[in-house]
Amino acid sequence: MATNKNSNGFRRNDGNNADANGKDLKVVGKPFRKVDARAKCTGQTKFADDIVLPRMLYAKLLRSHEPHAIIKSIDTSKAEALPGVLAVITGKDLPIPYGILPVSQDEHPLCVDRVRFIGDPVAAVAAIDEDTAFEAMNLIEVEYEKLQTITSIEEAVLIDEPRIHDYGEGGNVHKSVHLEFGDLDEGFAQADLVREDVFFYEGNTHLPMEQHAAVAHYDSDDKLTLWTSTQTPHYVHRALAKTLGMRAAHIRVIATPNGGGFGGKSDPFNHEIVVCELSRRTRRPVKVTLTREEVFYCHRGRHPVLMKIKTGVKKDGAITAMDFESFLDGGAYGSYGVASTFYTGALQTVTYDVPRYRFKGLRAFTNKPPCGPKRGHGTPQPRFGLEVQLDKLAEELKLDPAEMRLKHLAPPNSVTANYLRIGSMGLGKCIEKVVKGSDWKNKHRKLPFGKGVGLACSSYICGAGLPIYWNNMPHSGVQLALDRQGGVRIQCGSIDIGQGSDSILAYIVAEVLGIDPFDIRVLTADTDLTPVDLGSYSSRVTLMTGNAALQAAERARELLSIAVAEKLCTPVENLSFADRRVFDVENPETGVTFAEAVVLAESKFGTIGTVGSYTPPRSPGKFKGAGVGPSPAYSYSAAIAEVDVDAETGFVTVERVWIGHDIGRSINPMLVMGQVEGGVYMGLGEALMEEMIYRANRNAVHKFPSMLEYKSPTTLEMCDVLTYLVEDADPNGPFGAKEVGQGPLLPVMPAVANAVYDAVGVRVDEVPITPEKVLAALRAKARGKEARFGPTGVPAVEWPDALKVLTPAEGGDGKEMPRVAVHS
Amino acid sequence: MREVLSVSETSGKISVNCVVNGDAVTLAAYPLARLLDVLREELRLTGTKEGCGEGECGACSVIINGELVNSCLVPVAQVRGAEIKTIEGVASGEQLDAVQEAFIECGGAQCGICTPGMVLAALNLLEQIPQPTEADIREGLAGNLCRCTGYMKIFESVVRACERTGAGS
Repeated sequence: MATNKNSNGFRRNDGNNADANGKDLKVVGKPFRKVDARAKCTGQTKFADDIVLPRMLYAKLLRSHEPHAIIKSIDTSKAEALPGVLAVITGKDLPIPYGILPVSQDEHPLCVDRVRFIGDPVAAVAAIDEDTAFEAMNLIEVEYEKLQTITSIEEAVLIDEPRIHDYGEGGNVHKSVHLEFGDLDEGFAQADLVREDVFFYEGNTHLPMEQHAAVAHYDSDDKLTLWTSTQTPHYVHRALAKTLGMRAAHIRVIATPNGGGFGGKSDPFNHEIVVCELSRRTRRPVKVTLTREEVFYCHRGRHPVLMKIKTGVKKDGAITAMDFESFLDGGAYGSYGVASTFYTGALQTVTYDVPRYRFKGLRAFTNKPPCGPKRGHGTPQPRFGLEVQLDKLAEELKLDPAEMRLKHLAPPNSVTANYLRIGSMGLGKCIEKVVKGSDWKNKHRKLPFGKGVGLACSSYICGAGLPIYWNNMPHSGVQLALDRQGGVRIQCGSIDIGQGSDSILAYIVAEVLGIDPFDIRVLTADTDLTPVDLGSYSSRVTLMTGNAALQAAERARELLSIAVAEKLCTPVENLSFADRRVFDVENPETGVTFAEAVVLAESKFGTIGTVGSYTPPRSPGKFKGAGVGPSPAYSYSAAIAEVDVDAETGFVTVERVWIGHDIGRSINPMLVMGQVEGGVYMGLGEALMEEMIYRANRNAVHKFPSMLEYKSPTTLEMCDVLTYLVEDADPNGPFGAKEVGQGPLLPVMPAVANAVYDAVGVRVDEVPITPEKVLAALRAKARGKEARFGPTGVPAVEWPDALKVLTPAEGGDGKEMPRVAVHS
Repeated sequence: MREVLSVSETSGKISVNCVVNGDAVTLAAYPLARLLDVLREELRLTGTKEGCGEGECGACSVIINGELVNSCLVPVAQVRGAEIKTIEGVASGEQLDAVQEAFIECGGAQCGICTPGMVLAALNLLEQIPQPTEADIREGLAGNLCRCTGYMKIFESVVRACERTGAGS
């Protein structure tokens, strides 16, 4: 078989859906329906909460109403005595800690001796129905000894005792990093203008429409099965083996279709472990479904981040140096927080040329629900600050913000100052598309008072370059089984969270094998039946599972080709696979059906099955901390928002968003557009209204853990979206494809903030941009003060010595420079 | 611990006669049981979803006597004699409704958890306003939250369904 040996060969011809060999693509690039669309539209998709097993019990977790306290005693006797209660467990029954990152094993399935936020679970009940479980839960008596509560970044860096955890950097600082790439002083000295700005990004939550649910069944053969709404079945599998003290081989995790994830189902959760333990004790299936209120407390959502950015630029807007400080309010546990901290400082360099760069980042523990990854993981916050600051710099330099950005784009096929390898880079085209589409030149600074436009850009990874626990194995594996009657089964550990990852697998295999995607059965996210895929996070799935699927399909095609060529007495390279046939391209009538091809191959080779896998390329960065940021490819987005600001009420209405997204190549443009629009929508919520905030007076209780009060955009608030896809195939993507699940959210918040400034001349350097903040800024302006609302400073902290790395331009090799001992 | 096999069935349950998806049924439930739970647990109609339990998200939407209702807010005692349509009653056998077909074609469903409620809201809208304007569509679906799509593909789906039914009639 000669054609299309690997994904690197695929290039899109402009306006022609064909691969490198000019072969028309039949599936890739076409708006096929999703393989699971009919089930979803008829209500037949089985989500975790829809699973009912014989003799199934229901679990409830008793959660702390104290934000920070020592557990003095727990009395479960009344709960145990209640008729219908089968098991009651507490922290001492599950003493082994866990956590998603190897460096942050700081959670227990049920708190052992201390609670750290309101919502931390202390005991759990299994009973014959949910009402009985609820009643029993309320009969459990817990005696707490209150500890001082720490509720903000400022408090966490000031108050060393009590410590929320006994690990980290000391006091209540979880993680503190300081990286320096190149000579910053020299960079700032070369600048014609240096700005220093402070920004704040309030935390918010994923708000998936599906409340987390899990069903565990520990069977009489001592095998455990867990069905759960998770984005990371492989990591849950590992956490279960650890905390339950069981052999992983005896545990099966089946991720059910996620009713929305957005990063909120990426950690192993306490309720997942608890139902397994309850099932092990009762030998009956046990289900738990979190209430909406519990989902708010469990969230692992967007970190609140306070930022200080100092950027030097030449007169033409060229950046000479950037010094970025971020402070993350991590909440009560580690979660992904160490990675989140690095992410707030990683991707600043991949959009525009930043020759010298310094990053200082600090994550603090506070007595609030733990934060973790939400769509864009750690990058929307710095991107907001960076893009608003660039708007201010352009204003001072009297440059058009679009032109200024276009002039200084990071070059394709380059390595940034912090050692991220950029491949394809379509940001310029994205900017050009939205500038033209929105009529930017005739609107920016030209619309009447109250109307405005704002531009912002961004980039995101197509999968993390490194796995969460250190290993050299593939990040994604695919097995293909070919049935002699023409069926194909794809097995892959990836989980469809609504983004369409099951469909992407089918489209890619169908393309290579010349069959209909709906002839393929896709079996995913079952640790017993599917090879490992690390999970639906970091926008990794299309690129990584896609490449693994492509390899498996090409291997299958090769086997079939050999057998068919022999039968037809045709050279292998003459064979084409299309329309469920394998035929000679020079003589298309000469051929066999796909099913016949499988029969020929099976007769020749035995049972036909192939595997494919994908491991990302090694990153050029070798310094400590270089693990966060590298990716096989980066997607790019540019957005322009047009807003109406009511200066009387401060109310901001986003009327339209034009967004260009560099997708590399659309495997399915309809699904790509859906992701772009969904990203814009979620960004709109973050820009204008969504926030996780807590009552004061030290009790750290969530102000509104309900959908009624946590405002998110409805159909009435959603703006029009005009999407432009830029398709320059990336050599590392399957058929050239890059990510779209997370990137398009990122430019929305700064674009809206910049548009508000264009409309009414005030800066809101903080999200969400609520009417009160706009009014406060307008009032400040009217009083002759700075026309701005936002934070004024960052805490003074002692940073660790910088880890210094010479940039590639300075001749660096990606390793840190030896530390010079300096004593003052 | 002792094994408990079942709760007593005698304690205060009432029987409620109603029509669900065209079938006459008799439900045995506590009078204040949420219709959502009775549909899901007694009738195993799990296409109706809970998203919030407080009438805010619309995932549990069903059509009762021609009106779109959040079934999490309806005590089962209120549906005596009512005609209820859930997502399972929208298709006629193999034949999907035009709204469902349109959602499938236009990418109106991503994760699929809001989709049953959204499909019913769209059906209800088109029953009341067969040729809705964009404002009508936004208004008609405003009680149903979707976190995936940004609603755009859902709007497209409704428009596509209108074109379909318009062409067919």
